[in-house]
Amino acid sequence: MPVEQQAIISVSGNVVQCQGAWTLSNLKDLERHIERLRWPEDHEVVCDVEGVTAMDTGGALLLQRIDNDLVRRGKAVAVRGLKPEFTELVRLVQAKARLNHASPAQQAGWEKFPLLPSVKIGTDGIIRALAFLGETTVAIGRSLLRPRLIRWRTMLRVVEFDGVRALPITGLLTFLVGVVIAYQGAEQLRKFGTNIFIVDLVGISLLREIAPLIVAILIAGRSGSAYAAEIGTMKVTEELDAVRTLGISPINLLVLPRTFALVLTLPLLTVYADVLGVFGGMLIASGQLNVSFAEFLDRFDEAVAVRHFLIGLAKAPFFAVIIALVGCYQGFQIRGGVDDVGRHTTISVVQSIFLVIVFDAICSVVTSWWDL
Amino acid sequence: MPVTAPAGAPVIEVSHVSTKFGQAVVHKDVSLTIHQGEVFAIAGGNGCGKSTLLREILGLMTPASGTIRLFGVDSRRLDVSNGGAIHRRFGVMFQHGALFSSLTLADNVAVPLREHTNLHPRLIREIVEVKIAMVGLPPDSAGKYPNELSGGMRRRAALARAIVMDPELVFLDEPTAGLDPIIAAGFDDLVLSLKMHLGLTVVMVTHDLDSLWRISTRVAVLGDGRVLGVGTMQELSQSEDPLIREYFHGPRGRAAHEQAMWNQRGRETSFA
Repeated sequence: MPVEQQAIISVSGNVVQCQGAWTLSNLKDLERHIERLRWPEDHEVVCDVEGVTAMDTGGALLLQRIDNDLVRRGKAVAVRGLKPEFTELVRLVQAKARLNHASPAQQAGWEKFPLLPSVKIGTDGIIRALAFLGETTVAIGRSLLRPRLIRWRTMLRVVEFDGVRALPITGLLTFLVGVVIAYQGAEQLRKFGTNIFIVDLVGISLLREIAPLIVAILIAGRSGSAYAAEIGTMKVTEELDAVRTLGISPINLLVLPRTFALVLTLPLLTVYADVLGVFGGMLIASGQLNVSFAEFLDRFDEAVAVRHFLIGLAKAPFFAVIIALVGCYQGFQIRGGVDDVGRHTTISVVQSIFLVIVFDAICSVVTSWWDL
Repeated sequence: MPVTAPAGAPVIEVSHVSTKFGQAVVHKDVSLTIHQGEVFAIAGGNGCGKSTLLREILGLMTPASGTIRLFGVDSRRLDVSNGGAIHRRFGVMFQHGALFSSLTLADNVAVPLREHTNLHPRLIREIVEVKIAMVGLPPDSAGKYPNELSGGMRRRAALARAIVMDPELVFLDEPTAGLDPIIAAGFDDLVLSLKMHLGLTVVMVTHDLDSLWRISTRVAVLGDGRVLGVGTMQELSQSEDPLIREYFHGPRGRAAHEQAMWNQRGRETSFA
């Protein structure tokens, strides 16, 4: 390699000879060389940099470091032959070094861990959540008393995005779950020759538990996360502040339409999911267990009481409230920047699914107490 | 059109570029050459395609037709997959800083060094500290996150990140927009001093008539989808083109011009 493309340092007598391009791409090797170098024994050292053809900030810093090293060893250093175009840079770096000595406090910035301000499960978080819940409850009450206040247009848009457009995926998923349950049940029922009980199995489990749960989990992932991200981004871009200064309550504008829309949509989606799930079970029953569609529906009528359907349906609005409020709440919790949006979106999904399942478990316990 | 002969070799060559957004024509046949060592400003009214041109030069957008060469390389081939060999030679300061919000200021500035070099962490840290000092940020701001910084500080931090690799060329997108006049003037000084110390070529997109007068060596005025004029501010202010006249001789343009003249006279008399 020609001298111009590498950075060279060598010691001869009391002269430290610097040559070549002291630029970023060469500094790694240069730094290693400097560490291994044996400095001259003499008291007076000359640092000859006439051969340095190029120098950037990194190079200037290394030159400065050599100088410091030598001075610390009690030597007198004279730098010779620095090209005029580099003097300004070297002077800047020296000025910086002095500043550095003057204020060791600045190092703090480097040692500071990027302590995530998340997961504050302190009283602080609980109070904020309760405040949000209270504020929303009041707003809901107020707009129920005066339905004119409800933003129907926004609400319908949410119904379209989170309800109508979710039809294919919810339908497909519950259909498949119906198929899976029927398949697994078929194995066992055939052993006992009680094929017809497939209807009870599919009907009750789907209508009462699985269809509402699948729909809720799906909507939590699909819409709850979107609420958190939307509101969070609005916060980051100061749109929320704009809303407030326009004298509009963000809760009225953003939370209520979403909550109402989901409360309306989720039961409808659940009914739709019930139908497709049972249809999936019905297909397998006729294929695997010789239970024809007519027999299946006959049995369905007598085996599956209406209360199973109603219990499943009754849970849906509560799931909707949980999903909408958790999503919106997490959106409002976003401070600062872009990474916060991602984190709170994730939290919103995890929390809402968690709460949905906890609520479902409580419902199961309560309904079994009441023998429903 | 009077064109001053610029000194250095061409760094950016824009030839016959036209751009369309759907039906809307942004540029029709725009040609520019920017030379080494210049402080080249791209000016023009809102929506005249200044920022679009900048994005095209940077290879973030492709023009409908025409070619743009950056250091002699077609900007359509500015590929990041080859390790960004060309990207190391320029730095960009975006209008709102575009600092990574998950990183501290110091880590933000260190990103290019960590990605493109294999330097020892200690040296990276020293380089970053020098750059932070160079752009005039206090040392204790190094550990702060972007959302803890003011607009002006964010702008400076973005500049520090743009120059951390000691590039030959720096792009500034509206460097003084939204800054108070004192900080804006300080930013102009900063750009001038960095240009002097690091031998930078500066390309900036700006509306700021004061900084056009103070720091630009040449200005291109865009409007109506084409280059209305290229030259020093002095030359442009004498232009006959109605759109340029409107731009430079409106009330603000005149005030900035008078201020610039006054500054110059002040300098001359103090030298006398």
